[in-house]
Amino acid sequence: MWRLLRTTTFRLALLYCGLFLGSVAVILWVVYSLTAGFIERELSDAIASDVAVLREQFERKGLPGLVDAVRTRSADPHTNSIYLLVSPGGTPLGGNLSGWPNTMPDGEGRLHFRVAETGGPGGQPATAQAVVFVLPGKLRLLVGRDMSELDLLRSRVVASLGWIAAVAASLGIVGGVLLSRGMLHRIEAINLTTRRIMAGDLSGRVPHSGNGDEIDRLAGNLNAMLDQIERLMTGMRQVTENIAHDLRTPLSRLRSRIELTLLHHEDDPEVYRTALQETLAEADRLLATFKALLSIAAAASEARRADFRAVDLAETVRQIADLYEPVADEAGLSFTADIRANPAVRGDAQLLSQAVANLLDNAIKYTPAGGRVVLTLEGAGPGQAARLSVADTGPGIPAEMREAVLERFVRLDAARASPGNGLGLSLVDAVAHLHGARLLLEDNEPGLKVSLVLPPDAASTR
Amino acid sequence: MRAGTSGFAALNPTYENLVGRVEPKAKPDVAPLARSPEDGTLIDMKILVIEDDRQAAAYLAKGLKEAGHVVDVANDGTEGLFLAGSQRYDVMVVDRMLPGRDGLSLVELLRASGNDTPVLFLSALATVDDRVKGLRAGGDDYLTKPFAFSELLARIEVLARRRAGAQPQTRLVVGDLEMDLLSRTVRRAGREIDLLPREFTLLEYLMRNAGSVVTRTMMLENVWDYHFDPQTNVIDVHIARLRQKIDKDFPSTLIHTVRGAGYCLRASG
Repeated sequence: MWRLLRTTTFRLALLYCGLFLGSVAVILWVVYSLTAGFIERELSDAIASDVAVLREQFERKGLPGLVDAVRTRSADPHTNSIYLLVSPGGTPLGGNLSGWPNTMPDGEGRLHFRVAETGGPGGQPATAQAVVFVLPGKLRLLVGRDMSELDLLRSRVVASLGWIAAVAASLGIVGGVLLSRGMLHRIEAINLTTRRIMAGDLSGRVPHSGNGDEIDRLAGNLNAMLDQIERLMTGMRQVTENIAHDLRTPLSRLRSRIELTLLHHEDDPEVYRTALQETLAEADRLLATFKALLSIAAAASEARRADFRAVDLAETVRQIADLYEPVADEAGLSFTADIRANPAVRGDAQLLSQAVANLLDNAIKYTPAGGRVVLTLEGAGPGQAARLSVADTGPGIPAEMREAVLERFVRLDAARASPGNGLGLSLVDAVAHLHGARLLLEDNEPGLKVSLVLPPDAASTR
Repeated sequence: MRAGTSGFAALNPTYENLVGRVEPKAKPDVAPLARSPEDGTLIDMKILVIEDDRQAAAYLAKGLKEAGHVVDVANDGTEGLFLAGSQRYDVMVVDRMLPGRDGLSLVELLRASGNDTPVLFLSALATVDDRVKGLRAGGDDYLTKPFAFSELLARIEVLARRRAGAQPQTRLVVGDLEMDLLSRTVRRAGREIDLLPREFTLLEYLMRNAGSVVTRTMMLENVWDYHFDPQTNVIDVHIARLRQKIDKDFPSTLIHTVRGAGYCLRASG
């Protein structure tokens, strides 16, 4: 229950309820003061006309006429008029008021007092208002009106305000509770998912209500974030597993070599020397693998995008071709760098160079002497900002395998399992992914053509 | 593609920065560097190693001493700063991550106080960005851990020599091999040798560091500006080509292979 009261929705409901009550009170007060003012003016007018009539009576018929008129008027049991005529000594001469009121007149000569005779609302004594005249001969005449109508209005306004307050408050509380519970339920669903994810189940997702409100949008964003985290976690786990897999074999080889050397050759320095040299070579291979895995991990990290600069691809291709041309030549291959355009893209020049270097490495390694390796750079076209491709005349990859190989790139795993590819293609795939590029494996008839297609939004204005 | 290869400067801004940063005049306070009578490598250099991993520091010190150098070791930035400020060193080897004061700010401070001792950064941080930060802070070279000791030794030597001997040069001479940097021509024993632009750049790098071992990684970084290791040993192929032109038709070899390390250009004998 306390949790419910602490929710924002509930507090908002209460706040609206309070605002509503405040405005109702203001409206009622305005209505009341307008109405009361009108009634008060009416009464003053009535008193004034009474006074005028009585004065005329007095002037025409003298005191007996006035007394007569006062008595006649007072005799009406339903009247709300109040009269009292007293002698200079204070003896009542006529009227329906039992005694002279014990109050002082206000600034405008009006008397306000309570009368017991005429019942106010709820049997309360009604308030009354009157004016006083002093007649020749020190006679005093009081003419007034019972104000019970005004009292009634006032008490009704107060009563209705009370009712409205009660109804509004209960509606506000009930509505607030209902709304908060609905909201709380949905927030609680998000909390539950979050707790489950914190507990280690990364597959959990926040449910959608489908009405597209803020909470739904929040849920959508949370889910997108979770997808991204899960992807990164999976990537990380894969890298870890790959490292474990790739390093365990050479490490155990290293270990058994050292162990065997220590077991059998106690005093032959030459054997120790050879063993140490082999160990060093093995350690170097291990470090190279480790380095390759780290560069794949680095290329796979999106943070690398922050370092993107405008890359002159023609220059990049020229340099890498320059590095590999003698290598291809040495392997008895004809090598061409076909630079057809001069595109600039946003990217990481080192990683792009490394990717092309790995593709060239593979092409040169697998193409038999006498073959051809062509490195092509194409510029912007439909759906691409640039296209880098390496084509060879080697054995290629059969069409039905290509899909599988590409698919396995995603897991970084299989490219390594297929003999010879090593980690090279995994890095190319990671670099392609980082640049938002597509990696295509095509038939070069004969041979393999691997293309890196950079998307149009990778284009840079240098 | 040969025709498409552009000039040395355009291809290699980094190389330009490295070899082109020459002192206007020889510094009188720099002691001449001693050379080993056997293979001509530098010996007796005073080297400061600032490295917080004591085991790694001890291993570095031992290796450098065995190579004939005098080594001081500081295990944190504060001690390193004190030593660097109180003595003259030929080269400093600075780990980037240090307790007390990190390597970057240490070198920045030294440079601000006018200390121009060559600095080689060691770091486990391998991205290009980290390298750029290190060089910008005033480092002269940057080596990522783990590294081969021969790689470190080769780089230290190149740094020391660059400082001691660097003067504006228009002509490089090693034995009977001459390179004219203005006309971009190379002659050996008076015979002109025709080189491709990249071969010229590679030979220039070797000649500027003649007598020192240069590793394959150093060549990739300084001649091609690549900070990754290609799978095949591309450098060996380039060196083989260069040998065809420089050494093949001559009685003595200039380009020597140093096993387990790299190559060294020096006049025999």
